[in-house]
Amino acid sequence: MSTVIDKRPSTLRGARLPKWSPYAIAAGSAAVAIGVGTAADLASRVQWGLIAGLLFIISTYVIAARVEGRRQAKDRIATCLVWVAFLLAVVPLVSLIWVTVERGVKVLDVYFLTHSMGVVADTEVGGGIYAAIIGSLEQVGLATLIGAPIGVLTAIYLVEYGRGNLSRAITFFVDVMTGIPSIVAGLFILSLMLMWDMQPFGFAGSLALAILMMPVIVRSTEEMLKLVPNELREASLALGVPKWRTILKVVLPTSIGGITTGIMLAVARIAGETAPVLLLVFGNPFINNNPFEGAQASLPLYIYQQYANSAGSGAAYDRAWAASLTLIAFVMILNLVARGIARWKAPKTGR
Amino acid sequence: MDISTQDTKTPPPSPQPSAAEQKRAAHGATRPGDRIFLGLSRGSGILLLALMAAIAVFLTYRASLAISKDDANFLTAFEWNTGVVPPRFGIAVLAFGTIVSSIVAMVIAVPIAVAIALFLTHYAPRKLSGPIAYVIDLLAAVPSIVYGLWGALILVPNMTGLFGWLDTYFGWTGIFSWEGGAPRSMLTVGILLAIMILPIITNVSREVFRQVPQMHEEAALALGATRWEVIRMSVLPFGRSGVISASMLGLGRALGETMAVATVLSPDFLIHGSLLNPGGGTFAQNIASKFGEATEFGRDALIASGLVLFVITLLVNGAARAIIARRKEYSGANA
Repeated sequence: MSTVIDKRPSTLRGARLPKWSPYAIAAGSAAVAIGVGTAADLASRVQWGLIAGLLFIISTYVIAARVEGRRQAKDRIATCLVWVAFLLAVVPLVSLIWVTVERGVKVLDVYFLTHSMGVVADTEVGGGIYAAIIGSLEQVGLATLIGAPIGVLTAIYLVEYGRGNLSRAITFFVDVMTGIPSIVAGLFILSLMLMWDMQPFGFAGSLALAILMMPVIVRSTEEMLKLVPNELREASLALGVPKWRTILKVVLPTSIGGITTGIMLAVARIAGETAPVLLLVFGNPFINNNPFEGAQASLPLYIYQQYANSAGSGAAYDRAWAASLTLIAFVMILNLVARGIARWKAPKTGR
Repeated sequence: MDISTQDTKTPPPSPQPSAAEQKRAAHGATRPGDRIFLGLSRGSGILLLALMAAIAVFLTYRASLAISKDDANFLTAFEWNTGVVPPRFGIAVLAFGTIVSSIVAMVIAVPIAVAIALFLTHYAPRKLSGPIAYVIDLLAAVPSIVYGLWGALILVPNMTGLFGWLDTYFGWTGIFSWEGGAPRSMLTVGILLAIMILPIITNVSREVFRQVPQMHEEAALALGATRWEVIRMSVLPFGRSGVISASMLGLGRALGETMAVATVLSPDFLIHGSLLNPGGGTFAQNIASKFGEATEFGRDALIASGLVLFVITLLVNGAARAIIARRKEYSGANA
């Protein structure tokens, strides 16, 4: 490297390391790490990797500082660290998806989707998630029926009518509400149920899920309504159309794609909530189609119970992974469809 | 939220209605249809406020039923025995565990999330950054119970090596000493929580970094700054409050996370000095695992601990939102 310093080209730019230098340094530090590792007989490959990484960062800094100057060297270190952080984060996330798919497909078939646990013991092979799917669909569906209209109407109030203290208070508390832990929403409904001495049932879970859903819908709908160009509203009002018909016939149709997306993302979020369902719906190995009476099953709760009650049985873990895969697939499909709708129906704002 | 003045698409020559007219248009709904619609939408807004108030009131009421019969000090007792007479329970261990696990999660997640946000906005090849951001969005949607299952069955067995290493080299600090139990401890919980809150912190920080005025960055580049210097001098100062509020949103999630902690941690009611030895507990985890066998009084006691969690998350989220709101004001003219 010293030759590069001696024959410094007389341009305005300082000397630069050649483009291949990071690869060369990486290969060099990997080789040294392997050498040190075998020489010192370090068992753990993780330690080899750590040595290699440390060597790479130090030698990059030293070499770059010699050739390009300290500032460039710091820049290179920052680049390294940012890449390392990215790769570090990718590992668990990839592992999560990979493991869920790999273990989930083992028992995931039509039988699994169309049968319930019934009298199948937790440690036995067999059973399925039919009751859980029914329960989840009913609870999430009812929650959406309650949460979506209230959320959309609140957003309409904030954007179309809201002035002054009331709307400011609503905006602030909607923001704060987004952060309510799901278990607190569950406890709130539980405190109501304790008042009237009620037993767990599906609709109670729906109420808690609706509480979690509303602020999310308000937020996203608000953003979408703000995207509707004011000219449209003004044109409609100028023609003498009442404000409420303007909102129903002009504003909402223009933003309906975005609103749908927001609702679907909110549905995807609550579909995976376990804590409130655990407190309020309780779980049930048998099919219960009535969300207003008796304990129901639910997909996220099923995963938890298969994990927690199985005492390390392989069959139950397999079922838990398969149910996780089903849940992730459901949530991801909702997400993808929602984003597709958003792109397809995006309001045409200006040219 | 006065959208008629904020909307950039409004053509400048359009005459603004007078304040009185605006007020009439907004509130003086004359037609029955208008009145009904305004009533409905305002009603649901008020319903949301009422709901928040109801949550606070009902939790406080049930909590007071439990705390008034508590034989131990609710804030400082190291036990949770609601079934005995007289009942003795306290939240000291839960508060400690909740705070410790969240701090561990924040210490790990915030630097990495900020680095990923920088990676996406400033380092990644443009073709890659779109899809990666998309994948991170999707990961934010993975249900927490799946993270919990993954944490308990995959992460925990793989932590043994790291725990041994930490114990060998950093055991002398006390924080990292390990007695060799299963690694179902606060450190594992913290790492899992960090993985879970990474997407939300990354997403919010990325949005903020993207809003950094192009002019600032170009000016720094024109003065000969390296990429890192651009980030340090123009991106990070501009984005600092955004990153803080993003972190607090992540903190809010970590504080209230239930299932991931309940599946990974093996709890007890002691405060442990070491992050590596199993034990301790968090508010949400304690509620989920004690709920099954709790009597009605036991449930009230759990509601009391939930109330404390509610207040803590309320404060954290309120602070985060206040920071975001303040930032919006002074950067109103985003160049």
